[in-house]
Amino acid sequence: MATETTGGTEAAGMPQLEFSTFPNQIFWLVIALLAIYFILSRIAMPRIAAVLAERQGTITNDLAAAEELKLKAVEAEEAYEKALADARAEAHQIVAEAKAEIQAELDVEIQKADAEIAAKTAESEKAIAAIRESAAESVKEVAKDTAKELVAVLGGKADARTVTAAVNARMKG
Amino acid sequence: MADEAKGGIEIHPMDQFIVEPLFGDGAIHWYTPTNVTLWLFFAVVAVTLLMVVGTRGRAIVPSRSQSVGEMAYGFVYKMVEDVTGKEGLKYFPYIFTLFLYILLANFLGLIPGSFTTTSHIAVTAVLAGAVFVTVTVLGFVKNGAGFLSLFWVSSAPLVLRPILAIIELISYFVRPVSHSIRLAGNVMAGHAVLKVFAGFAASLGVFSFIPIFGIVAIYALEVLVSAIQAYVFTILTCVYLKDALHPHH
Repeated sequence: MATETTGGTEAAGMPQLEFSTFPNQIFWLVIALLAIYFILSRIAMPRIAAVLAERQGTITNDLAAAEELKLKAVEAEEAYEKALADARAEAHQIVAEAKAEIQAELDVEIQKADAEIAAKTAESEKAIAAIRESAAESVKEVAKDTAKELVAVLGGKADARTVTAAVNARMKG
Repeated sequence: MADEAKGGIEIHPMDQFIVEPLFGDGAIHWYTPTNVTLWLFFAVVAVTLLMVVGTRGRAIVPSRSQSVGEMAYGFVYKMVEDVTGKEGLKYFPYIFTLFLYILLANFLGLIPGSFTTTSHIAVTAVLAGAVFVTVTVLGFVKNGAGFLSLFWVSSAPLVLRPILAIIELISYFVRPVSHSIRLAGNVMAGHAVLKVFAGFAASLGVFSFIPIFGIVAIYALEVLVSAIQAYVFTILTCVYLKDALHPHH
């Protein structure tokens, strides 16, 4: 067969059992393994170990920082709550003070106004009394005059004193 | 198609594993640059690309390639720590070297037309043998004669202990054999099957789509096997290392 002529002796069995190639394979394998070992142990592994350690450190630091920030946030919240309570109390106080002040002012004003009103009332009463008096006088005058006129028209002689007395009597009655 | 049908199905599933010189046709000496050399060099390049070039940003928030490198690092680091404990971490660089070499050599071998270095028993035997010798020497250096208690199962009844010791001893020396043949065998078998299916596809004409589906399925399986065998080899190394560090059951 053509295969045997091309393949030669090596193709007949397993190339794995071709012992003449063993020294060659072992020699190059040892070289390759040493190369891989030195590449790994001198360059790759220290680098990866450093990166992993750095990453671990960064994560730990970040977690610690986060914890610290959380504490700060809690503190800030407490301070805020306190400030809010203080402000609220102060506001209450201010409101109460303002209320009292206003009340006091209001009381004073009310008193003043009451006094004014009382004064005005008294004045008005006086004026009304005066008006009433003058009105009564006028009515007396008019009544006297009218009575004199009436007497004169009716043909009597009007005695002024009598008429006045009569009018006064009527007015009182 | 007719020619090939007449000549019969010509499939050479093992041709892909032939070691040949890169330049010329001469004899293969121990120093001759061969296709093994080339693909071992590619494996070194792949390791460099993944672990050095990929991580050159040294970013706190990693890029994609840096993330893959860190994941490989973290995966093996955790494996070594979980299996062998803290004191095994001293040997992490060696184990990581083994893992990355096997993983990337397996993946490089899946490139069509490539040469798979891990399919050769010579390569995996060196890896497993290095692990075996290192672990055995380490066991005696760390524990002295106490390392022999690995073979003396103190939890078993006294009469059974000598028998168990013999079994343990045999299984201990079979370890490097199974350790190396498992890797080479898996990789070689998968690649050979792919070649066989490819040969069917070439000779079946219109019906070649059937073996091509088979190739796709087996290729997917081989991707899985590549990663799993790298993992298995590494975790077994960790287990053997644990035996050397803590020989007491």
